[in-house]
Amino acid sequence: MYDFNYHRPGSVDEAVGLINEDAKLLAGGQSLLPTMKLRLAQPSDVIDLGGIPGLSDISVDGSTVTIGATATHASVAASSAVAGAIPALADLASGIGDTQVRNVGTIGGSVANADPAADYPAAVLGLGATVHTNSRTIAADDFFTGIFETALAENEILTKVSFPVPEAAAYVKFANPASRYAIVGVFVAKTSDGVRVAVTGAGGSVFRASGMEAALNANFSASALDGIAVASDDLNNDLHASAEYRAHLVSVMAKRAVQAAGG
Amino acid sequence: MSSETGIGASVRRKEDKRFLTGKGRYLDDINRPGQAYGVFLRSPHAFAKIKSIDTAEAGKAPGVVAIYTGADLAADGIGGLICGWAITSKDGEPHKAPAHPAIAVDTVRHVGDQVAFVIADSLAEAKDAAELIEVDYEELTPVVSGADALASGAPQVHDDVPGNLCYDWELGDQAAVDAAFAAAAHVTKMDIYNNRLVPNAMEPRAAIGDFDSGTDEIVLYTTSQNPHVARLVLSAFVGIAPEHKLRVIAPDVGGGFGSKIFIYAEETVCAWAARKIDRPVKWTAERSESFLSDAHGRDHHTTAELAMDANGKFLGLRVNTVANMGAYLSTFATSVPSYLYATLLAGQYTTPAIYANVKAVFTNTAPVDAYRGAGRPEATYVVERMVERAARDLGISPVELRKRNFIAPDAYPYETPVIMTYDSGNYPLNMDTALKLIDYDGYAARKAESESRGKKRGIGFSSFIEACGIAPSAAVGSLGAGVGLWESAQVRFNPTGGVTVFTGSHSHGQGHETTFAQLITEHLGVPIENVEISHGDTGKVPFGMGTYGSRSLAVGGSAIMRAVDKIVEKGKKVAAHLMEASVEDIEHANGVFKVAGTDKQVTMAEVAFAAYVPHNYPPDLEPGMDETAFYDPTNFTFPAGTHIAEVEIDPETGVVEVVDWAASDDFGNVINPMIVEGQIHGGVAQGIGQALLENAVYDSETGQLLTGSYMDYTMPRADDFPSLKVETTNTPCPGNPLGVKGCGEAGAIAAPAALMNAITDALGVEIDMPATREKVWRAAQTVQQAAE
Repeated sequence: MYDFNYHRPGSVDEAVGLINEDAKLLAGGQSLLPTMKLRLAQPSDVIDLGGIPGLSDISVDGSTVTIGATATHASVAASSAVAGAIPALADLASGIGDTQVRNVGTIGGSVANADPAADYPAAVLGLGATVHTNSRTIAADDFFTGIFETALAENEILTKVSFPVPEAAAYVKFANPASRYAIVGVFVAKTSDGVRVAVTGAGGSVFRASGMEAALNANFSASALDGIAVASDDLNNDLHASAEYRAHLVSVMAKRAVQAAGG
Repeated sequence: MSSETGIGASVRRKEDKRFLTGKGRYLDDINRPGQAYGVFLRSPHAFAKIKSIDTAEAGKAPGVVAIYTGADLAADGIGGLICGWAITSKDGEPHKAPAHPAIAVDTVRHVGDQVAFVIADSLAEAKDAAELIEVDYEELTPVVSGADALASGAPQVHDDVPGNLCYDWELGDQAAVDAAFAAAAHVTKMDIYNNRLVPNAMEPRAAIGDFDSGTDEIVLYTTSQNPHVARLVLSAFVGIAPEHKLRVIAPDVGGGFGSKIFIYAEETVCAWAARKIDRPVKWTAERSESFLSDAHGRDHHTTAELAMDANGKFLGLRVNTVANMGAYLSTFATSVPSYLYATLLAGQYTTPAIYANVKAVFTNTAPVDAYRGAGRPEATYVVERMVERAARDLGISPVELRKRNFIAPDAYPYETPVIMTYDSGNYPLNMDTALKLIDYDGYAARKAESESRGKKRGIGFSSFIEACGIAPSAAVGSLGAGVGLWESAQVRFNPTGGVTVFTGSHSHGQGHETTFAQLITEHLGVPIENVEISHGDTGKVPFGMGTYGSRSLAVGGSAIMRAVDKIVEKGKKVAAHLMEASVEDIEHANGVFKVAGTDKQVTMAEVAFAAYVPHNYPPDLEPGMDETAFYDPTNFTFPAGTHIAEVEIDPETGVVEVVDWAASDDFGNVINPMIVEGQIHGGVAQGIGQALLENAVYDSETGQLLTGSYMDYTMPRADDFPSLKVETTNTPCPGNPLGVKGCGEAGAIAAPAALMNAITDALGVEIDMPATREKVWRAAQTVQQAAE
């Protein structure tokens, strides 16, 4: 690890004021710290968000679940309020990484980092969530823009994510046996605005499977997906899974998610 | 004594208190006064000429003590690393042993090859300085697979090794095998790949070199399975210091699996550099370095053919193997794909004619050497996949085909056509025991139930054999070993009756401190809490050969028994004097000396006290109760058994679930059943890991290790295994005083074939290890499409 300046601001505004071109925001650190230890990242400043009061709050208000940026995966998984409103979300959180990662890793870190194989982006996009920052709100459909890329500006801090409660939802992951990241993860949600199907792990960024959404809008059952597959052209192709295998798995996981969601 | 702490008792491991409470003392826990820290700059390229190395800027960096390159080692006359087993090619030529400098001189030959050693006051300063070294490389085209390295026009890894061929070796009677094939009714043929593995010991390798300019002695602390062998090699061959001025200490060592047998560049450089800077210097591998620089295991490409008569009786076996040695020869690399491999190709069977040809080749990858089983897993994997495939080809049950060919229980000693003499065993009994454990009779119903849920179920067998208790010195010497493979032990009574056993074996997870203590408790009547086992320090224990090849109990334990015999012999003389009887009338059992036919007796503790306070003592006897013995085995031991794997496959995704596992093993007498069971569990876990998950993959164009971290290299985890059903059938080994055979490697030897046979049984098509989910899915698709 290279030397860096450590900051522990007491408010979001103070944190925003500390941001510079070479600074990094530290939430749970489950992606940042390993890259720093391997000397792959060399931030000048590390701004630890862990001391900001209220940033890890979880609340359920009628038809919305709101989770603060520094809420850990373990706290979301263990929240009876979340499990009562969107069980698929608590279930997803309970399957991220391992116990140690879940005890430290945060939703804000995961969503802002936008790892193409992370689980949370599938829930954010699949549920049509709203990402809140210190300066604005961003719709999920506008948030994820590429590999490790989001709509967040350099001086913008993700503060919370609010999820509309769906009629039914489920997340099914086909985990990489080594890293336990998603090789393919599919989040299916039946909402008042229609069915949403979000796929993580398979491509450069989380994406919606529009063909599947259309089929499920017509008939919310696994059999509606028979013969419907995402194109493999743009999917990841690596040591762990070819693009062809990933495309196949998207269909299988999507069907299983529909079944798990009661379809 | 059949007590709760003697032979046969599942005594809880004495060492676990310190391991489980964080009190273990591993290498990185040790720090020496004034210690500096070393970092290796490693090659980012698989194959490149070093045109220049500029250390000027790095040398000026804060905290830097010294920077050394290969030229500095050469200037000091420090020799290269050696390979200690000479193999003779079939044309009579010795194996090719290209130079293996501890730090590369003008060429780097694999990613991670050492380029420079940077020493600084702190680890961070050493790392910072290493980044300032400027190396001008001229990149060359690498070759990473053994088969590619043999192709004409392949890149030459070493200028002095034409065609990258280290040796072209053979074993067996080729003419007899040709005749067997000519007479065969059936021939089964397979191409088989045994995948390359990274050892992944929990504790990474590490070393501290510590030089005392007052005594001129170097103390090397290192993660070694055999500290005396390390001392011998570093002294006699590398030239670090004379043996009496070099002390090697291997403290608590966190796993080895073979990878810590070898004498590596890093500890060599630390020992040498400590004298150069007159300061202790510590190096500890980071996990990424372990992936790149620990000696890997396996990596065999094999074509095998099995000739049978019309009844499935094996007539002949022909095996051609290409063994990837990596870029350099590690310490015992040459022996693994030759004498530790082809000598086991008879398996448990009466195959009368066997011929093996092995081509060992250099590539631009990390060196390959012994890894849990070392050659024997590769042999069992070839034999057992061939037998299973032959059963399928012939339409005979794999159980029946094996039983038709098993060596009979009354046929021992049994001489195989590949120079081994099996001493004991009961192979049909192991098969029957395993069949019962797995409920073979109920298998058809379980398969039908799986199919009703759209799943594919398979069952697979592996009747493995290994040669352990390594090894009779004369035998291995005649086969090219540079060392003898005996073991030493010293049993020292303290005046107050406690015992310290000094052993040349080394425990790095095996539980020697418990098992060895049980021998003393059993035979000398000393309470187990009063027995201490000391190992791993050449300054304390007699010269010993260390731990590998499931040898510790069969060879090291036998040495302890020889020392115990000497203690008893001396104790009888003391007891006779104390009881005013003649030595011939003294009987000893369990630490009590009796005058035959009387009620007169003294205890071992009383005898020991008399030996140290010899006020009333035999006039012609030396005081003290401290005996040393060396034991050289007369034969290998031959643990064997049958493992059965049962799997269920989801054809939609290719996910393989190992749903059941039965193991019936013959380890001879068992000292501590709990520890033996633990060894089986660990070995099977590694075998399942190899068959299903683990794979070291180098990019064929760049030579980069693609699986260089746990993000990409899949280690098996607890949820990958079923609860294992383990039993032992114990035919005592006639070759050593304990009747033991060894159990440390069996699981890793048996498991891969059992699991792959189960998976291919379920799929109906052959695939290679590792059976990744995509590979299984594709195979299932292929079979389904063919059926449609």
